[in-house]
Amino acid sequence: MRALVRIVSWFYAVAIYGFIFLPVVVLVLFSLQATSFPIPPFTGPSLRWYDAVLADTRLTSALVNSLLVAALSSAAAVTLGFLSAWGFARFALPGSALLRGLITLPLTVSYLIIGMGLLVLFNWAGIPKSLLAAGIGHVVINLPLCFAIIYSQMGDHQINIERAARDLGAPEWKVLLLITVPVMAPAIFAGFFLSMTFSWDEFVISFLLTRFDTTLPVEIWNLLRSGLNPKTNAVGSLVFAVSIVLVVFFELMLLRRKPA
Amino acid sequence: MTAPLVDIRAVSHRFGQHTVLKNVSLQIEPGSYTILLGPSGSGKTTLLSILGGFVTPSQGKVLIRGEDCTAVPPAKRPTTTVFQDYALFPHMSVGSNVGFGLRMQGVDAATRTTRARDALALVGLATAFDKKPHQLSGGQRQRVALARALVIEPAVLLLDEPLGALDLKLRRQMQDELKAIQKRVGTAFIHVTHDQEEAMALADHCVVMNDGRIEDEGPPERVYARPATRFSATFMGESTLISGTVTAAKHGTITVATQVGALSLPGTVPAGASVALAVRPEHLVLGAAGGAVGLGTARVSGVVFQGSFKRVLAVSEKDPALHFIARVPAAAAVQPGDIVAVSCDAGDIILLAG
Repeated sequence: MRALVRIVSWFYAVAIYGFIFLPVVVLVLFSLQATSFPIPPFTGPSLRWYDAVLADTRLTSALVNSLLVAALSSAAAVTLGFLSAWGFARFALPGSALLRGLITLPLTVSYLIIGMGLLVLFNWAGIPKSLLAAGIGHVVINLPLCFAIIYSQMGDHQINIERAARDLGAPEWKVLLLITVPVMAPAIFAGFFLSMTFSWDEFVISFLLTRFDTTLPVEIWNLLRSGLNPKTNAVGSLVFAVSIVLVVFFELMLLRRKPA
Repeated sequence: MTAPLVDIRAVSHRFGQHTVLKNVSLQIEPGSYTILLGPSGSGKTTLLSILGGFVTPSQGKVLIRGEDCTAVPPAKRPTTTVFQDYALFPHMSVGSNVGFGLRMQGVDAATRTTRARDALALVGLATAFDKKPHQLSGGQRQRVALARALVIEPAVLLLDEPLGALDLKLRRQMQDELKAIQKRVGTAFIHVTHDQEEAMALADHCVVMNDGRIEDEGPPERVYARPATRFSATFMGESTLISGTVTAAKHGTITVATQVGALSLPGTVPAGASVALAVRPEHLVLGAAGGAVGLGTARVSGVVFQGSFKRVLAVSEKDPALHFIARVPAAAAVQPGDIVAVSCDAGDIILLAG
């Protein structure tokens, strides 16, 4: 009986992980396919489709665009998120709880709604569809996230540290720059890398807000319209690899043991 | 008389509806070691925050070196604070921590290093310059905080329960060092604590606070020997308190009617006034061969061995509400349940307003 339970639980665990990771494994496996169709039997391994991706200037320029949008929008989101977290943590504001709720609210709104809203708004304001517009969209979705991460780590124990700096003659901007930011660095980097991850493979907002120059997920979608092809697998694997790197950075930052 | 270094004039402070300081005035002399002593909620920490500039008082003024500093922010006033949790910058080395105040003043890096090293040597931590705060013990962090605050040569150093987080042995050791460092640098220290032993050991000037008011202030010897109020008689060391009414007063001697009989002692309080008489534990005599003033008999309720002496608690047989606290030699044969005569000398009775 006990043996049976163990077998069943093992089977269950394998099934769960299989369910989560099998699609990715299949994607990566068939990106190494030697022939022209990403379907069994596996004929590889071969890197010819990766060569094809890197030779495709539309894909490589989309990749560069994606990285730029991710890095810049995340930097903006984390800066704004940090400043708002600091404001909420250090100053008694009227309706603080309500305002904090409002700032995190976009987390619950679908990207489609945010994207459409921005599309209408930019249209009305005369801002053309562009990478900048998509970047602004990514700031909108990532700012609440950065705020939540940084605010959660901004405890009362840092208040005296900031006071000590002021007491020793530091003006407010130096307190922020020399004390608060370095002390909060793990949370700030965690927010930054998580924002990068989300911006990096975000599709809906980029799709709605870009036109000629676009990001990698939108370009992959373009590619998919002409049918399955190991090249899409290869570029998908690249996207996945970058995401993994970003998530690992995020985990390292957030879970790193804090010095006492 | 020279002008005081710090002059606190009629300061009151409210947090919302709650008044934490009630018309407090206090003067601090240059080079003195002042202790603000009181239980939690007495307003001592608020007073320190007002001195440091972290709190602006609702009413009153704070003058430092004759200048009105009431609303001057911490960065711009000649005070520095040693925080209870040390508040070291965790991401900086010990040397950078100590040099931070100089850096804010625009002192160049080489001078900063020299002066930070000197300050660390002053507190006995010359070797810790390149370490990070988390590599140090509690007592060492305390010293770094002290060096960091002293290096910019403040007019007044404020210490918020600086020894509160240390264990007893380390606390006594740091206490001696604090006093030695203060004498060496000559800066005025203002130190907040609820530990009366710490207060007696360190203070040149002891300020006893309770419920937002200054109950008593003066040299610790005077505050201990002749406390001004009931509160300071029981908070700064222990006392037996006997309440009574003055029945006669002439030629500098009063007679007080109490539960344990009529007592005569020196004093000038008019007849009819209600008073409290306080006696320090070391002045109470247990046993027949006692002092001149008899306080009746009492049943011993507890004996606590304290090493060099025994602390005896006894309840008066005449008035069960009267609790005697006495101190007897460690060799004395006193046991709970014993009935003993209690007495003292008239000169050791402290006369307080009732």
